[in-house]
Amino acid sequence: MEHGSYSDLSKSTFSLVDEDHTFANSVRFILNQDPRVTFCGYSIPHPSENRVNVRVQTTGDPASEVLKDGCQDLMLMCQHVRSTFGKAVNDFKTSKSVRSTSEKAVSESDDDMDT
Amino acid sequence: MSSSGDESMASEIDEQEQNGGRGIPDYIMNLEDVPSTLPTHLELQKTRVFCNLDAPQHTDTIQYSGAYAALGVDNSVRLDNFYQNFKVEVKRITDEEMEFDMIGIDPAVANAFRRILIAEVPTMAIERVYIANNTSLVQDEVLSHRLGLIPIDADPKLFEYPDDAGGENNEKNTIVFKQHVRCEKGQPRLTVKSDTLKWLPNGSELIAEGTKSAADPAPKTFTTFNQKSLPKFSKDPAPYNLDVIVAKLGPGQEIELEAHAVKGIGKTHAKWSPVATAWYRMLPEVVLTKDVKDELAEELVSKCPAKVFDIEDIGRGRKKAVVKNARACTLCRECIREADEGEEGGEGEKWTDRVSLRRVKDHFIFTIESTGAIPPDVLFTEAVKILEDKCERVITELS
Ligand code: SF4
Repeated sequence: MEHGSYSDLSKSTFSLVDEDHTFANSVRFILNQDPRVTFCGYSIPHPSENRVNVRVQTTGDPASEVLKDGCQDLMLMCQHVRSTFGKAVNDFKTSKSVRSTSEKAVSESDDDMDT
Repeated sequence: MSSSGDESMASEIDEQEQNGGRGIPDYIMNLEDVPSTLPTHLELQKTRVFCNLDAPQHTDTIQYSGAYAALGVDNSVRLDNFYQNFKVEVKRITDEEMEFDMIGIDPAVANAFRRILIAEVPTMAIERVYIANNTSLVQDEVLSHRLGLIPIDADPKLFEYPDDAGGENNEKNTIVFKQHVRCEKGQPRLTVKSDTLKWLPNGSELIAEGTKSAADPAPKTFTTFNQKSLPKFSKDPAPYNLDVIVAKLGPGQEIELEAHAVKGIGKTHAKWSPVATAWYRMLPEVVLTKDVKDELAEELVSKCPAKVFDIEDIGRGRKKAVVKNARACTLCRECIREADEGEEGGEGEKWTDRVSLRRVKDHFIFTIESTGAIPPDVLFTEAVKILEDKCERVITELS
């Protein structure tokens, strides 16, 4: 839900239901990194209400567009995190299995020498 | 900055626009005394937390894109910039635990991952317990709570939330376990462990209250389904740890119950949290700002309980302290504490002048301890996906 004015689209408060610090803080970070944003902050009006208000003020672009772009950026960031993480885990697992098999090979050859 | 409306400036503003929106014409940027990167002391304040003796300093992250506009330095993180700098290094990984370094990400996002891991990645956990008989010392409600906390080894992706089916229990949202243990008279005390929870693929066997009638040949139970026919289980659902103590029975005592596990998230109740815990710490950085030699070096090495420092021989019987393993630093600050702190006005060099303790703001040592049902690397991937879903939801809501 967006609370803004019809005459000035560059300033708006977005009331997001079922969200908390998790999303609001990361989107605040992303928006603050956007040069079009002059102000971005969030608040949780009441702790027992599942709602967070995100305030966005821009240099002129419609606030909702900027917020959408921010979400898009956050998504791309997440995708990159996921692929990088997946790759790192795979690399680690393969390098470990290579190491353990080579260790095994070494110990087997040791056995061979013994016999 | 570039929005001042002077006509004669128009062409210059155009030029500025091409200048990556930084708002400063090229000829100024090319002047010798204009910094293109932050001066070192600001860079240090931006990227490091200084852990001083009294309190940490420069703890905030500078997020605003225009924070250094006056210096002509752009503070915005462009995605391609992030793509270049972001790194993940896995340190160790088992079925239950992993540690990895996440480098080049803002704490806001790293913390979102942590919060999602703890509270929003779904698992299966026992939600309803139907007790037919419980003569043990453990009260019904305590027993039910204990059962709820047992991690269930079943892939939550194969199940739906109970709300999706309108509160009805079907094979897609409920796993039924049965537990029937009895300590016979004359036997020693019996310890009831989680391995006595047996999966009932055909659903509940207990007859629901009020539906029992002599006329009805097939009395209604709490659920009617058959999970065995579903090909999706690679292994039978069971508690992940088979030796969790549930209760103890004395001779003649008995527990007979049925436990229904459903899908849920840690936000609703901690029993659904897929992690024992998930946490991160920032990478410690220990820097010797001055050479620490001889007795002082010995003193420094012996001061540090985490064995961060080591001694290096520099010839002619002289010794020098070096930082060997900054990662192990616990930030106890013992190395910058003066031994004779009570005495006022001590002249000369202090330990704070020799050692500088810092933390790297965008380097996170992330540890995930899984409860076992889902391996930690899968958990993290799931958590990132959940954050993506959140973004997607907001985007669709806005358009
Ligand atoms: S803060 Fe503590 S652990 Fe870290 S280097 Fe100093 S003495 Fe060692």
